[in-house]
Amino acid sequence: MTLPPLADRAIVLRARAADWREAVRIAGEALVDSGCATVEYTDAMIRMVEDHGPYIVIAPGLALAHARPGAAVRCDGLSVVTLAEPVEFGHAHNDPVRVVIGLAGVAPDAHLAAVAALANAFNDSAAIAAVADAPTREAVRAILERSDRA
Amino acid sequence: MKIVTICGAGIGSSGILKVNAERVLQRLGLEATVVAADIGSVARVAADAQVILTSAEFVEAIGATRADVVVIENYFDTDELSRKLEIAIG
Repeated sequence: MTLPPLADRAIVLRARAADWREAVRIAGEALVDSGCATVEYTDAMIRMVEDHGPYIVIAPGLALAHARPGAAVRCDGLSVVTLAEPVEFGHAHNDPVRVVIGLAGVAPDAHLAAVAALANAFNDSAAIAAVADAPTREAVRAILERSDRA
Repeated sequence: MKIVTICGAGIGSSGILKVNAERVLQRLGLEATVVAADIGSVARVAADAQVILTSAEFVEAIGATRADVVVIENYFDTDELSRKLEIAIG
């Protein structure tokens, strides 16, 4: 079970976001830049939080931005954004957010393969801080690729 | 036994919960079917479920159910998941 390959354009390091919407938008733009989604998908990811609250902050410091598969998704893809300054999403336990993962899947099954790989990487409790502090894209890939060995 | 994981889209975060719940169940030696679903289909999908795993944000929307609704704070913390699942399953 492997993650979709992480292109350079899918990794944004030390981004500056004024609020959670901007943080999610940067993750969405990285999916658009890597050819996996249209800008409508970014809007849909933001709408998920507007509709349901900050539940996408699924662990301390990490938001998993995603929306449903659909016409706005062009391929299975992942983006990783680290934030220069942590951002509050309004989550009761897991704020502030330092890492935003953008997830796009053509079909629900593809999502599940990608999330299983994400779980392999991030079930290690040190992984979120390691990604947040990663100095290079290579360092981010090295942490996420640990999922391939689990 | 049936366990349903709930999030807004029925993929992504509920998928993480499904994957990790399956790992924890295996570790505990328990057999269960784990299904990821979106909040819109919870009434149908969870009608015959014993446990619903979700975030605090969805508890109100899940509404009345015979299943135990278990709120998970850190989706990557399999110890939290294991502890709460053991209590829910009894």
